[in-house]
Amino acid sequence: MRRPVEPIRTFKGFAVTFRQIFRKPITQQYPEYKRPVYPRFRGRHRLHRHENGLEKCVGCSLCAAACPADCIRVVAAENTPDNRVSAGERYARIYEINMSRCIFCGYCELACPFDAITLGNEYEISEYSRDDLIYTKDILLAEPIKRVPVADRELYDTPEPYYKLRS
Amino acid sequence: MNESVPVDPWWIDLIKAFLIVNLLLLAFAYATWLERKLIGRMQLRYGPNRAGPYGLLQPIADLVKLIRKEAFAPIAAIDALYIAAPALSAFTALTAFSVIPFGEGWHIWKWDVSGVVADLPISLILIFALGSVGIYGFIVGGWASESKYSLLGSMRTCAQMVSYEVSLALSVLGVVLMADSLSLVEIVERQIDSVWYAGPQVVGLATFFVAGVAEVNRPPFDLPEAETELVAGYHTEYSGMRFGLFSMAEYVNTITLSGLCVTLFFGGWEGPWAPLGPLWFALKVLILIGVFIWVRATLPRLRYDQLMRFGWKVLLPAATLNALVTALVVVAV
Repeated sequence: MRRPVEPIRTFKGFAVTFRQIFRKPITQQYPEYKRPVYPRFRGRHRLHRHENGLEKCVGCSLCAAACPADCIRVVAAENTPDNRVSAGERYARIYEINMSRCIFCGYCELACPFDAITLGNEYEISEYSRDDLIYTKDILLAEPIKRVPVADRELYDTPEPYYKLRS
Repeated sequence: MNESVPVDPWWIDLIKAFLIVNLLLLAFAYATWLERKLIGRMQLRYGPNRAGPYGLLQPIADLVKLIRKEAFAPIAAIDALYIAAPALSAFTALTAFSVIPFGEGWHIWKWDVSGVVADLPISLILIFALGSVGIYGFIVGGWASESKYSLLGSMRTCAQMVSYEVSLALSVLGVVLMADSLSLVEIVERQIDSVWYAGPQVVGLATFFVAGVAEVNRPPFDLPEAETELVAGYHTEYSGMRFGLFSMAEYVNTITLSGLCVTLFFGGWEGPWAPLGPLWFALKVLILIGVFIWVRATLPRLRYDQLMRFGWKVLLPAATLNALVTALVVVAV
């Protein structure tokens, strides 16, 4: 039993498409308008320091062990009394993250016992060559250039996690 | 018949042909721009708006991209046919526009310049003949690519275009009967004297338009080039400017068909207030191209068997009936 052809409905469909021409498009024009990201957005990694300037990262490589994409490379070295870099016994002499392999899952942030590495809000991390995508420790330690708008925390009912409230 | 219309000197025709071909190429480029912007607006988004103000340089960017692309060919392809096929399609598409009248004829300096590049007593038949030759380009292109998808696509294209050509030719019989001539210039002049044939020939217009959409492989009849169905049909194995030529053939066919529709049903270059022949013609063609784009944005694609069934079992009887009724009325009146 074939369904009958319904020409009137077809022409009503044309009217629908025609009406849409006069509605304002809903496109957000990207570089001029950047949609604010949520506060817990998993963007580019950051290594943190204590208040007194010592790095939090002690080179335990729990983050490297937790990483599902196996993109973190940690080589630790001893803290000597005249070269004290971190707050523990050892520090990460080499700390590299291969951004082309990272899946931004946040497991490294969850695994770190010292809150040394967190995932920040930056997502504009394109480079022109693959070698530039291997971020070394100094890039990760540096303050990111603030280019990405972050949504207001008060708007979202996400209380500050307890581990971020300490130093 | 064109009894005593003076024939233009050959070099005036050459200049007109040059102008028309260049305008057609420009129209093709900006028809792609119009399509993308209009379909974007119908889908609640902007079309391209980065390459130049309002995306007006987008066709130039596409052209540069196509020219710079590597024109690979499958190693099994038959070289001569593979290269000739898009050229053939593009050639027939451009040539078919040469008999479409775009103006009333002017007197420039000391020569009479007619409003059409080539005024033939059988220009309507020429357009259909060129359309048929253009199908060869699509078939040969798919065949010469020596690839499964191309072959299937070209077979489907060929069958579709041949089927709808029959309905296309029959649907204009009504107009020919009313105008008593096959020459497009004559048909326009008759419409100016009486009424635009879109009025009395509504059924003819409808069948012409639907058959025309199928003839130029536009959605909803674009199964031959549906990416989801056949990769890209007959132009799967083409890249770079060869693909650009196929694309150009399709769009120029659309423009020519719109021009033909305007000539046959909407009075050609006639306009209400001022006698600006080519401008009215261009405006009407533009509106018709807009309708083609509107149809693309609205309707889903037809499945191949639905397409063939529709062409033979619905459109052909409708066109035949229209011709029959028109003949009866013309003879009776």
